[in-house]
Amino acid sequence: MTNLRPVAAVVGIVAVAAIPLIVRVLFPASEKYYLHLLIQILLWSFIYTGWSLMGRFGLTSLGHGAFTGIGAYATVLLWNYVGLTPWIGVPVGVLLATIVGVLVGYPCFRLRITGHYFALLTLALTEFVRLCIVGLRDYTGGSLGTQPRRYGDGVSLFALQFEPDRVLAYYIAFVLWLFGLYIWLRVDRSMDRYALDAVSQDEDAAASVGIDVTREKLKITALSAAMCALGGAFFAQYQMYIGPDTIAGLGISLNIVFAVIAGGLYVMLGPTVGAVFTQLLAEGLRVAIQGSATLRGLLGSSALALDQAIYGLLLILFIIYMPKGILGTLIDWWRRRRASDEVTLAIATAAEAGVPKTNSG
Amino acid sequence: MDCQLDIFFAEAILNGLLLAGLLALLALGLNLIFGVIDVVWICYAELVMVGMYGINYAYKAGIPFLLAALFGVMLVALAGAILHYLVIRPVLDTPPINQLLVTGGVLFLLQAAATMAFGIEFKTLGIRLGSLNVADMSFSWARIWAFTMALAGALALWLFLKRTYLGTAIRAIAQDRQVIALMGVDSRRLYLVTSAIGGGLAGLAAALMVLQYDIYPQIGLQFGPLIFMICVLGGLGNMIGGFIAAFIISQFIAVGSSCFHTEWGYAVAFLFFMVAIFIRPQGLFGTKS
Repeated sequence: MTNLRPVAAVVGIVAVAAIPLIVRVLFPASEKYYLHLLIQILLWSFIYTGWSLMGRFGLTSLGHGAFTGIGAYATVLLWNYVGLTPWIGVPVGVLLATIVGVLVGYPCFRLRITGHYFALLTLALTEFVRLCIVGLRDYTGGSLGTQPRRYGDGVSLFALQFEPDRVLAYYIAFVLWLFGLYIWLRVDRSMDRYALDAVSQDEDAAASVGIDVTREKLKITALSAAMCALGGAFFAQYQMYIGPDTIAGLGISLNIVFAVIAGGLYVMLGPTVGAVFTQLLAEGLRVAIQGSATLRGLLGSSALALDQAIYGLLLILFIIYMPKGILGTLIDWWRRRRASDEVTLAIATAAEAGVPKTNSG
Repeated sequence: MDCQLDIFFAEAILNGLLLAGLLALLALGLNLIFGVIDVVWICYAELVMVGMYGINYAYKAGIPFLLAALFGVMLVALAGAILHYLVIRPVLDTPPINQLLVTGGVLFLLQAAATMAFGIEFKTLGIRLGSLNVADMSFSWARIWAFTMALAGALALWLFLKRTYLGTAIRAIAQDRQVIALMGVDSRRLYLVTSAIGGGLAGLAAALMVLQYDIYPQIGLQFGPLIFMICVLGGLGNMIGGFIAAFIISQFIAVGSSCFHTEWGYAVAFLFFMVAIFIRPQGLFGTKS
């Protein structure tokens, strides 16, 4: 079974890479719309994967809305006011977010701030960054947000702008997504993963066998913060708009957490499944409401909140009944089925071979 | 924008003091829940929002304000009990972060439900209590009432916990949840009662907030993070600490807002919070556990 894995991976990658072609053949009229959906799914998948690196080890951060915000705003502000190309701006944003992550992470991990306290402290970080963005309204446009200055016709290597060319944007998002999965795999196969698994089970025991708890946690935090900042920066470059509520803030932090839990926190493609699920849910509801006069009449102008209500309800149900998420539960179910198949097979073979079932005599 | 030690500055400080009363009351219920059940209701401010809408509609239906306020308190107390019964109880034995996240789902749900049911426009009760003018300074009666009621609420809770049988049981379960079960106490019922009391305190805060603030579905996001900060800063579960933390935080907000833009007051308060927790992780007044 195991040697089928690389084949499956190659088939999967080729399939995802071929999606724009399929879209072009099947839906030539609304190609842009479908590609837009797919690009959003891939970009969010990358950000969600970044969060899940920490989340899977019990470091539940509500601070990642701060990191995406820092990445996005640093890139756009440097471009708009200093004229610095995003090729430098993005690394600066990523570095800044990493530094903030380490600055907040180090005392947290040294002082063993975990669980509720860690979540609430990182929540404060998110609020702090959002308030700074709103407060610096002369540069950031306050709560209204701002746009990166358009360079030429909007597609430029120098300005890292690619929004009008959806196919190009898709492949940029695709490469980013693959990069995210690659990082996840590298972490999954590293020694740090075992160390962090041990730490998340029992910090004292992990420390007693020589694991540098603070260092391990800091490493994964820096990586996770950097990934989210990178994702935020690319999101800004694609959307060509940044606002404190669309790329930073508590709403984004909670959305990240929800999507990952819905998809599956402990499996590689869990965050991706979460992104597909949440985007399709929001978009499906929007289309359903727009298409149906009854629904529109029933909900009126408040229809926009319906997806949020369903999100909330599902988040509750997922945590209570399906804490492993969609993909995690599916994989579990699949493994159990295969295991029970093997047992059935073994019993059948044994019966055929004439082995006495029990020595009841 | 400029910051001078004049009468306006003094007014800002005193108004900050009055704001602290309200924040302390808001933190009180959350602190009780945390101290006793060991869960954080991240949707606490949304329960307050539900109470505000309840009072708003009751009052507009012609019910006198005090009765409407009482209705609000009962409504949120019921909501607290339902929240515990339906959402918290099933995850009580899972990792603590699950309990926090599950109430995050309730936050989304309540906010969206309020948007769908009541719309996004700001609603106001239309009661104006006027203001008290002392030496060129002006303080709204709504704030003074909120401050007084916060003190009264805290006192009532303290008396309840110290002097009644039920209160003693609640304090006992907060101290040791294993042993209390051996004493023949039904902890599930106690948790339910505590949740209802926590909700009732949120309802009381709602009754005082409708006099000062417009109601809209996102109002919870304005207060929620502040309340958590105050609880953690005071030492989660420590009610007196919560009071003092509320005073510190509200001074940052009031003075910061009077000298700079409002956001900077809040931003500095959050920064102070993070630094303070790094210096004293158990909260300013918490004891190490």
